[in-house]
Amino acid sequence: METLLKAIVFLPLLGAVTAGLFGTAVFRYVGGAPPQPAHDAHAEEDGHHHFHYDGPRWPMLLTTGILLLVAALAWVAFFDVIAGHTYKVVIAEWVRSGKLVAQWALRVDTLTAVMLVVVTTVSALVHVYSLGYMSHDPHQPRFFAYLSLFTFAMLMLVTSDNLLQMFFGWEGVGLASYLLIGFWYDRASANAAAIKAFVVNRVGDFGFALGIFATFALFGSIEFDPIFAAAPEMAEKTMHFLSRDVPALELIGLLLFMGAMGKSAQFLLHTWLPDAMEGPTPVSALIHAATMVTAGVFLVARMSPIYELAHVAQQVVLAIGAVTAFFAATVGLVQNDIKRIIAYSTCSQLGYMFAALGVGAYGVGMFHLFTHAFFKALLFLGAGSVIHAMADEQDIWRMGGLYPYIKRTWAMMLIGTLALTGFPFTAGYFSKDAIIEATYAAHTPLGEAAFWLLVVAAGFTAFYSWRLMFVVFHGKPRASRETLARVHESPAVMMVPLYVLAAGALFAGFLFKDWFIGEAEAEFWGQAIYRAAHNEIVEAMHHVPAWVKWAPFVMMVSGFSVAFLFYMVKTDLPEKLARAFRPVYLFLLNKWYFDELYDVLFVRPAFALGRLLWKGGDQKIIDGLGPDGVSALAAAVGRVASRLQTGYLYHYAFAMLLGIAGLLTWLMMGG
Amino acid sequence: MSIGLAHYLGVAATLFTIGVFGIFLNRKNVIVILMSVELMLLAVNINLVAFSTHLGDLMGQVFALLVLTVAAAEAAIGLAILVVYFRNRGSIAVDEIDSLKG
Amino acid sequence: MIVSAFFWLFASVLLVSAALVITLRNPVHAVLFLILAFFNGAGLFLLAGAEFLAMILVVVYVGAVLVLFLFIIMMLDVDFAELKAGFIRSAPLAGLVGGVLLAELMFVALKWKPAAMAAKLKMAPAMQGMTNTEALGRILYTDHVYFFQAAGMILLVAMIGAIVLSLHHRRDVKRQNVADQVARTREEAVRLVDVKPGQGL
Repeated sequence: METLLKAIVFLPLLGAVTAGLFGTAVFRYVGGAPPQPAHDAHAEEDGHHHFHYDGPRWPMLLTTGILLLVAALAWVAFFDVIAGHTYKVVIAEWVRSGKLVAQWALRVDTLTAVMLVVVTTVSALVHVYSLGYMSHDPHQPRFFAYLSLFTFAMLMLVTSDNLLQMFFGWEGVGLASYLLIGFWYDRASANAAAIKAFVVNRVGDFGFALGIFATFALFGSIEFDPIFAAAPEMAEKTMHFLSRDVPALELIGLLLFMGAMGKSAQFLLHTWLPDAMEGPTPVSALIHAATMVTAGVFLVARMSPIYELAHVAQQVVLAIGAVTAFFAATVGLVQNDIKRIIAYSTCSQLGYMFAALGVGAYGVGMFHLFTHAFFKALLFLGAGSVIHAMADEQDIWRMGGLYPYIKRTWAMMLIGTLALTGFPFTAGYFSKDAIIEATYAAHTPLGEAAFWLLVVAAGFTAFYSWRLMFVVFHGKPRASRETLARVHESPAVMMVPLYVLAAGALFAGFLFKDWFIGEAEAEFWGQAIYRAAHNEIVEAMHHVPAWVKWAPFVMMVSGFSVAFLFYMVKTDLPEKLARAFRPVYLFLLNKWYFDELYDVLFVRPAFALGRLLWKGGDQKIIDGLGPDGVSALAAAVGRVASRLQTGYLYHYAFAMLLGIAGLLTWLMMGG
Repeated sequence: MSIGLAHYLGVAATLFTIGVFGIFLNRKNVIVILMSVELMLLAVNINLVAFSTHLGDLMGQVFALLVLTVAAAEAAIGLAILVVYFRNRGSIAVDEIDSLKG
Repeated sequence: MIVSAFFWLFASVLLVSAALVITLRNPVHAVLFLILAFFNGAGLFLLAGAEFLAMILVVVYVGAVLVLFLFIIMMLDVDFAELKAGFIRSAPLAGLVGGVLLAELMFVALKWKPAAMAAKLKMAPAMQGMTNTEALGRILYTDHVYFFQAAGMILLVAMIGAIVLSLHHRRDVKRQNVADQVARTREEAVRLVDVKPGQGL
């Protein structure tokens, strides 16, 4: 079993290294110029396939094969773990410095096992899907290498046994995300989005790092077991932070949550996620929907022994989660880019997960993470299929009426939408509604507020999801006739992953709900999730009033109805509304002006400071006194010295004689 | 008053100073500069010979011999350069000799 | 007494003629006085007992080097009057530097005393019972033969250098090439031409 776990984690790395080093042009063109991207004349006319790939196919097949194998192994491991086993596989010692000890170790309990199957399954499906989606890209070996590298980093993250190893995985997925968002590096917008994602994540990572430091300062260890064992004793301890004494566990919880906010694109640090849609669509499905952005949820769930003792931090998690769910849903209402709509949806759903964590319902949050991975990956890959069919068109207002052309993609998107909006007995129905019930069951003022926010957000979710469906697949075709003529169903290699994910979106909730949140819940999670003695949230969740249980369903139906009215029956209504409530519409369309606000608050001052340091500090002072000053001085001295060097013989003779006279005088006087 | 080492040294010092004077005064005439250098070398040789005699050490005369050798070589080369320069420029004015390439 | 008189004679003539060397307008006269100065320098050498060096100075230096100067000056068609310009202008500086130098050298000359261990540091004590030339020869050809050879090399290099510098072939002058003349054969030199009567060449 231990070998199997090692294989799960390290085989993707092997694939990434092999494909990345030997499949790409890294070594192939040593000593020679790499070839220019081949512009196929025929493809140019076609207007669709601008690029053409004629390199070896083995790197793609290798990485995909490895991921399929790993996914199968992960399911084996999953069923082994839920049978009651936990594993801790020590691979090597990493750091030993004084009290600080960190090992490379694979810690596999239920929490990790859930993440393992999510990550490897979605990753494997995305690999398969990419075989079709990226089949014309000239750099696809690099793409697959990055995907596998990401998978490895993500697996390191979820199997970590200490905070440092988790940070390694954390940064690894950040790197892979950066590389993949900027995969089409010849697009300026992709590079900007990649940098934005990296920088915004740094803000969160700063908090995460501080959290690790604080943990070490408090516990003297960064390994999970000693931390969790010692946590109850530390509940009363305080820590000196920002020149005041604060409760230590609250502080650690808040700092770690700051990291989670960055990685999971929560309110205030969410701005990078929509821009990250510049990356290829399979990347959006894998990294920015199913796996990496859920790392924050995983972190909070993993640190549940801390959060259970840190009530303020828990409240913050709840508040941020609920606000994000609501905020992102409102923005999603008016977006026009198919991928951005789904991106805001992801942001919103992550908010749901955090809200669940915030009321102590860790299992519920993880359950939503689990189901969300299926239906959101399905939606993204379905959107990718639409984009593929529409020759890289992403604006939903240039689509419309696609249903007759791509019926199978339509069906997949329909399933995804149903699951997302929480249609009865789909995956979202079980997990999302459970979250809403859990916030109500918390019976706190904040929980109450979060409940209403989430209910409204559920309505918004239904609205924007159905809006997407109607605008893209129904109504009048708005695309040009040439584009429509080329609209085609995606190849089987892209459709099969959709079928698998659709099955997950339909049945994952129903099949697993007993384990994750039902009767078998306590047994299922075992020691992986810690709940304080007074935490009866899961029990309370099942005993909420009937109207609470029905609220999300009502919101879903009303969201659907309004969307149907707006975009199928009276199609001029949205425009009239937008005109009537223009400020609100613009506010939403511009994403609450967060980008502008941050631009004014941070980006421009940073640029101004940078320019000041660059022009004033660097160029004037450092360069002025350093290299430039020295060179100017040398030049000036040189000019003077060259004036000494007249080239006249007698001047040199004079100099020599004066030198002799001077030397003699010095010898006489000094000696 | 018998002749001692100091007399020789005094003569040599005066001769050397006359050579220095010559270089300063005839700064445009490279031939006189060369002759002044010969005078200075002669002064040095007088010094060497005087010390050699006074100390009873023949090494001074060996040195003087080598100085003569170098002086002869220097004079030959210097004059050769002078001739070439004159052939190229038609002049030996030192203040026109200020570029390395003829 | 005689030695003293000759010393003063040689020294005064040496210094006077040296002064004339650097001040005379006519460089030919200057070279002639330079020769006179060297003759007197040789006289001083003789008085100091360095007979061989004195002879070398007269024969080699005066006979070769200074005569070379003379030839060069006579060969070059130089307006020496022009070169004397600025003579007076640089006199103050020359006076200052020369004066300081002379004062210092004189101070050394008069105040000089040999060090206590000077006698032990002799490298080549003067040998008794042989002439100066013989003693010098012994030292040069036994102890310092490499220096001697090096001096010879310096002279050789100087000679080659001087030749390389000053040798140049004039294209517009016909020269005799003995090798070509000797290698000439009948076939190259003679051509038989059958001249038809009444036609000419």
